[in-house]
Amino acid sequence: MIAEFLTARVLLGILASGIRLATPYLYAGIGETFGQRSGVLNLGVEGQMLMGAFAAFYVVMQTGNLWLGVVVAIIVGGIMGLAMAFVSVTLRAKQGISGIGFFLFGLGLSDLLFQKMLGTVQTVSGFPRLHIPLLSEIPYVGEVFFRHNILVYGAYLLVPIAAFVMNQTTFGLKVRAVGENPEAADSLGVNVARMRYTTVTLGGMFSGLAGASLSIALLNVFQQNLTSGLGFIAVALVYFGGWRPWGVLAGALLFSMVNALQLWVQVLGIPIPSEFAVMMPYVLTIVALVVAVQRVRPPTALTKPFIREG
Amino acid sequence: MKERLLIIWNSPVIDALLPVLATLAALVVVAFMLLALGANPLVAYAALIDGAFGSVNSLADTLVRATPLLFVGVGICIAFRGGVINIGGEGQFVAGALCATLVGLNLSEGHPLLVVPLAMLAGIFGGAIWGGIPGLLKAHFNVNEILSTVMMNQIAVQGMNFLLIGPLIDPIQLERASRIPQTARLSSSFDLPRLVPTRLHLGTLIAVIMAVLVYILLWRTTLGYRIRAVGLNREASRYAGINVPRHIALSLALSGALAGLAGAIQVYGVNFRMFTDGSATGFTGSAGFHGIVAALFGQLHPLGTIPASFLFGGLLVGANKLQRAVQVPGALIVTLNGLVVVFVVSTELWRQERTRRRVAEKVAEHEEETAALDATPKLEVGI
Repeated sequence: MIAEFLTARVLLGILASGIRLATPYLYAGIGETFGQRSGVLNLGVEGQMLMGAFAAFYVVMQTGNLWLGVVVAIIVGGIMGLAMAFVSVTLRAKQGISGIGFFLFGLGLSDLLFQKMLGTVQTVSGFPRLHIPLLSEIPYVGEVFFRHNILVYGAYLLVPIAAFVMNQTTFGLKVRAVGENPEAADSLGVNVARMRYTTVTLGGMFSGLAGASLSIALLNVFQQNLTSGLGFIAVALVYFGGWRPWGVLAGALLFSMVNALQLWVQVLGIPIPSEFAVMMPYVLTIVALVVAVQRVRPPTALTKPFIREG
Repeated sequence: MKERLLIIWNSPVIDALLPVLATLAALVVVAFMLLALGANPLVAYAALIDGAFGSVNSLADTLVRATPLLFVGVGICIAFRGGVINIGGEGQFVAGALCATLVGLNLSEGHPLLVVPLAMLAGIFGGAIWGGIPGLLKAHFNVNEILSTVMMNQIAVQGMNFLLIGPLIDPIQLERASRIPQTARLSSSFDLPRLVPTRLHLGTLIAVIMAVLVYILLWRTTLGYRIRAVGLNREASRYAGINVPRHIALSLALSGALAGLAGAIQVYGVNFRMFTDGSATGFTGSAGFHGIVAALFGQLHPLGTIPASFLFGGLLVGANKLQRAVQVPGALIVTLNGLVVVFVVSTELWRQERTRRRVAEKVAEHEEETAALDATPKLEVGI
């Protein structure tokens, strides 16, 4: 039984789907990393993803234009991010709760629009797999790494770019400064509010894209509560990754591999109740959170609104 | 006249009305959404109110729907006052319902006066465990409780699905091969008594009593004082000799206990069994989330949560009628609740500034009085 499970075929399948499934975690998690690094905890990621997923799906359904779907999802996510920024930066609302408000808003509205405008669960033909010439022909390696759709490649490309922006650019320095010591940053002429608006809106745009990657690239369907907790896991991955893009990548991969394993366990009919298999990633998240918080400390000003004196 | 208006405007009464104003603002936004969907908002809201409060039966349904919101909301009040955010109401509700159902299924021959209270205790126990785990993780490992409670929700739902598809499935469903994932109906002798000839059951009364008890706990006992102290300032509480980790864990466990009791009462008062559609919402009706909305609307005060639960229970019941009247899905109410949360927390800043201004005025008045008193002896000396 175990030997059968561990054949090369299955292992390759798990690795390939693991790499694919990390996509939404990467987009949403990296966007959230920027927000949290600047001091804003956006818990509305799940709602933004749902809205992005619906928007992308609906646009593709109507026009057949995949890239237009991506753009609209990014805009919708960005608008929700902007609203979150307004509420948490300008109105200084408690971030833990306002985020839940945006989650409920996105959950309800995407469901409402789905029922009103689509009615039934339908499918679209999403982004096709892109076989990278030559590389995709390498035995084993090609199958695992180089036969995915373009949004998957984009997510992995985002990691080094985000790490570079965060660590090597003035923008990244300012983001980190307003998240660690907003008073000092302010006294050096950094506009704290503007930085936080930028990162939270950016985070919303990436969450919208993460939603689109589900509905028009990975699953190619939309239904009520499509994300089912995925956005919250993405927020947890930011903690797990120690607020660093590469850390988020490690967490996302660990997570999606467990998820892929879980799917294959079900497909192969291995006698573990599927509910326990589905449970695994969530148990893992809690364990990961326990381990992660012992290693690094969060940005000092995380969830603390900044009040400019004088 | 203008002065009098100013006094009214600055009074704490307006503060208490802020959530109402925030909700009205949310209703206005949703009205525009209804317009965009091609529905008449006035017709929609009329149907909503009629469906919620229009007849004795709908009022009873509203109260039944408000009951779990009140339990969960009162629990949310404890957590918030203790300085922790409990998003795990859904999972705690499920855990409590499961424990209570197990009691009822295994003691089906027992006397109701023994079994039903035992089942309620089991519900409290299940919810307390499910809330207590994130509580302990927060207290001892500083694990973000918002994230851990969300994860605990998913774990509870999968546990429920496993039990209802497998070991706890109704034997009749097994025979029929339809295999609907639900437990057997509990012995009808365990049904919570009806209060009037409607669906209204004893659980609603228990919920109101619980709200009062939690108010007493938080504001009239040492334990409640400590929980609130930890919520206001952990450092100061530690210096005052309060065991901070214990009270953090305790406030989440108590919060979970109330959500667990809500689950138990849902089983014994409404459904008389457990069932699942694979998601949490199928069984809980999202009480774990709507309870947060009710608690926020009630200004995180157990007594304020009573009318708030009634209002939001009404919205959820009225949603059906709204759906029939203007063909807009009931998910609209979830959207509305999300907006209410956002708007209510957004007014918090305003409320704080008003309180600060009032305190400053009081201090100024007090200083004037003291100045006058200081001046008096000088006058005497002068004479």
